[in-house]
Amino acid sequence: MADKSSESKSFKEQFIDPVAGFGVTFRTMFRKVVTEQYPFEKLPTAPRFHGRHQLNRWPDGLEKCIGCELCAWACPADAIYVEGASNSDDVANGGERFSPGERYGRVYQINYLRCILCGLCIEACPTRALTMTNEYELADDNRTDLIYEKSDLLAPLLPGMEQPPHPMADGLDEGDYYRGIFAGNTTPAGTGGESA
Amino acid sequence: MTTTPDKTATDLVSVTIDGIQVDVPKDTLVIRAAEQVGVQIPRFCDHPLLAPVGACRQCLVEVPDAGNGRGFPKPQAACTLPVAPGMVVSTQITSEVADKAQQGVMEFLLINHPLDCPVCDKGGECPLQNQAMSNGQGESRFVASGSGGVKRTFPKPINLSPQVLLDRERCIVCQRCTRFAEEIPGDPFIALVERGAMQQIGIAENAPFLSYFAGNTIQICPVGALTSESYRFRSRPFDLVSSPSVAEHDACGSAIRVDHRRGKVVRRLAGNDPEVNEEWITDKDRFAFTYATQDDRLTYPQVRDTDGSLRPASWPEAFAVAARGLAAARQQGGVGVLTGGRLTGEDAYAYSKFARVALGTNDVDFRARPHSAEEASFLAAHVVATGPDGGAVTFGDLETAATVVLVGFEPEDEAGAIFLRLRKSAVHHRTRVLAVAPFTTRGLSKMNGTLLPTAPGDEPATLASLLGHADHGIDSTAVILVGERLATVPGALSAAVDLAARSGARLAWVPRRAGDRGAVEAGCLPNLLPGGRPVADAAARVDAATAWGVDSLPEAPGRDGDAIVAALLAGDLGGLVVAGVEPADTTDPAATTAALAAASFVVALGLRANDVTRAADVVLPVAPVTDKAGTFVNWEGRVRGFDAVLSNPASLPDLRVLAGIAEELAALGHGAPLGFRTVEEVWSEMAQIGPWDGARAAFEPVALATSGAQGAQGLVLSSWKLMLDHGSMQDGDKHLAATARPAVARVGRAVHDACGPTVTVTGDRGSITLPAEVAPDIVDGVVWLPAGSTGRGLLADVASPGTRVTVTGGTP
Repeated sequence: MADKSSESKSFKEQFIDPVAGFGVTFRTMFRKVVTEQYPFEKLPTAPRFHGRHQLNRWPDGLEKCIGCELCAWACPADAIYVEGASNSDDVANGGERFSPGERYGRVYQINYLRCILCGLCIEACPTRALTMTNEYELADDNRTDLIYEKSDLLAPLLPGMEQPPHPMADGLDEGDYYRGIFAGNTTPAGTGGESA
Repeated sequence: MTTTPDKTATDLVSVTIDGIQVDVPKDTLVIRAAEQVGVQIPRFCDHPLLAPVGACRQCLVEVPDAGNGRGFPKPQAACTLPVAPGMVVSTQITSEVADKAQQGVMEFLLINHPLDCPVCDKGGECPLQNQAMSNGQGESRFVASGSGGVKRTFPKPINLSPQVLLDRERCIVCQRCTRFAEEIPGDPFIALVERGAMQQIGIAENAPFLSYFAGNTIQICPVGALTSESYRFRSRPFDLVSSPSVAEHDACGSAIRVDHRRGKVVRRLAGNDPEVNEEWITDKDRFAFTYATQDDRLTYPQVRDTDGSLRPASWPEAFAVAARGLAAARQQGGVGVLTGGRLTGEDAYAYSKFARVALGTNDVDFRARPHSAEEASFLAAHVVATGPDGGAVTFGDLETAATVVLVGFEPEDEAGAIFLRLRKSAVHHRTRVLAVAPFTTRGLSKMNGTLLPTAPGDEPATLASLLGHADHGIDSTAVILVGERLATVPGALSAAVDLAARSGARLAWVPRRAGDRGAVEAGCLPNLLPGGRPVADAAARVDAATAWGVDSLPEAPGRDGDAIVAALLAGDLGGLVVAGVEPADTTDPAATTAALAAASFVVALGLRANDVTRAADVVLPVAPVTDKAGTFVNWEGRVRGFDAVLSNPASLPDLRVLAGIAEELAALGHGAPLGFRTVEEVWSEMAQIGPWDGARAAFEPVALATSGAQGAQGLVLSSWKLMLDHGSMQDGDKHLAATARPAVARVGRAVHDACGPTVTVTGDRGSITLPAEVAPDIVDGVVWLPAGSTGRGLLADVASPGTRVTVTGGTP
């Protein structure tokens, strides 16, 4: 380069270089378009995308949440509010059971104005009650509707599930639930559950 | 004043701990001596107020020289090893042997301890969690061996009592709870059962851990094994905001810590006040706090509408209506003031000043219970304006006294902290406890006490016989504790004063309610102005009038509670200002209820709706103790101040409400405004007025009543309130209520044989049927019933204590 004089330009400099940039344009014309026609056309996210939360259920419909508030404690944005209450099998005196074990989450709110979808709450949950879906459309025109209640977050009732409150399955205790043992499914589900 | 008075005179012993020489009293344990040089040896079973046991082995230290030139060959438990002259101790700070030993013990303790700290109530304030971090190692060698890493588990949890739950897998068998139960309250209902890895805390079948002090075990448990039904899984320590406060359930003034979260109190713990309650509180102090959040809590003022119903009103309207009604009632004979015994000192002062300045009367009485003029005279002459600074009896004095005489007073039920202190001194220092009572109660037997069998009404004779008695005569080293119940026995307080004067023994009055003593100091009595100024003393009246900036104070001696009720019924009084009074507690519940109806105008200040507020013309809600600052004065005369726990601008203290009414009254031309609106202003005004420095009121003794009713039919009724009963301040905690002692009638063997296991007791106000239990040493002709554990209470349903009742066999 040093021996080239600056006053005389080469052929490449004079004719090729000014149009070389269009090469990128031409090349791209024959490539697949990356533009997504959102919201007319919705594409799936990555499988582990951090979207809206979901409160899971056991196969019989009982809630997995035990109201321990660890998610609220893990939350760096203070977006989760939980109030626990006690389960009771004393149906005659108005007792209700929403989850196996002693406690359930009576109030469960996630404020999506605050949530940063970091997933620390999911790591904190001791029963895998809280997981994240791929649902990402978390926008609204008012603040109130962005505070999701327990009813908004609970997983839908699948076939075979019964709406709580109802007692635990016959002959099972909460340990059996955590180990994943159900009627007709006596093998541990392998989800870990309580780490002994 | 110290609670361990004989420590200063003992010899000092010089020991070397981690190379630092320190002089400590003889028999000090190494673990405490190490604290003196700033070394914290890890521990679980050790507790300063419990006897050393060496159960957990966590506090192992190396002792190279036991003081005799030879060392111990193996590490020793510092919590059971007393110091010796010249002893050399190396803790985990300087000794690898001690450090390794401690880490090994910690590894053993954690073999079966579950790793559920994130969901455990203790997590965050757990000694095991903390010391596993500071003195344990990160890895356990027991994970993959023998058991395959599976920890021993138990079905969880089990109830030791309706209130106390035990998670057995969390327990490290340090035995703090069993030692507490045996050593402190003397209720050994829990013990170690099984052996080896299955060793656990257990209760006998059908014998739950029913102790008035069971909640303390939850607090001293160094792991999360013991939890309470009311707090379990409600919160975590780091969620809570803690405020020091004072218990409002008895006259001991126990220090407590109130933990609240999201604007609601979730638990209360014992505070540490060595001069008052040490580190223990009663279960009532610990668990009975839900009364303030019940559905019937009053939240807005109400006034009686033209159609006779109560309707909501604004504060200014309620003040104006109350002032107009009270002004009219003043014209119709006057207004009485019944304050009840639950007020803080500042609120009681406001009632006292309101009665004198705004209503122009001395008709004010805090005693919402059977009382007498003799008692009022006794309080004015011997109780008011005394305190620990002035040499009055203190908790510490109970410990050092050679003899303590209990008259009309059952400490276990009526003042838990006194019971624990008396039991401690009776067991350790051989204080002799004498009880003037009809039978030996469980509390008395736990204090190794001696019963001076006395039927209700015969207390004066028993007291008179104590002077120079061959077996249990008393002298100047004795303390006489008189309960508030003694007011119902004519001449009994006179006899106690006489006995104290002749023997030189010291005398103290123990009321049952937290606000009683403060109300005495504030002058909520017909014969007393604030600071112990006698109403009858012109100079005292002038002194108070000058301080309050008014021309004069009413001269005429006031009516006491019973007289106010009688005057309302007779139409001599027109109106009534009433606060915190349950008609069922008063001398004659039916008369009090009738008086509320007969009064032309009633202003009720209350926390929750009750019969009084339903009968009132103006209802004004007031703040519970959690929402306001204040002071309680305990039975010693010790001032126990506390701050507001919760910030609730909508709930006003009584003094603010009274100030509002007084301002409206002043605008109508009656009296003067009170001149304060906040607790701080009242406090500074009280401090400015101070106690009366003139002559005290003279005691007017009442002649000993001759028991002329010897030939009367029936049995004499004896009674007091159990600690846990149907009291409205225990509402809302069904688990606490389930730990209450069952309501039984205590009768003599002859009565039991004649009437069977169920008896019907009939008095002049009604009858009641209860299971009967034999009290072996009960005085002939006496039957005992709990005062507040049945129906509307004994005074309303059966008869007054001390009157004659008939006992017949009943059908359950």
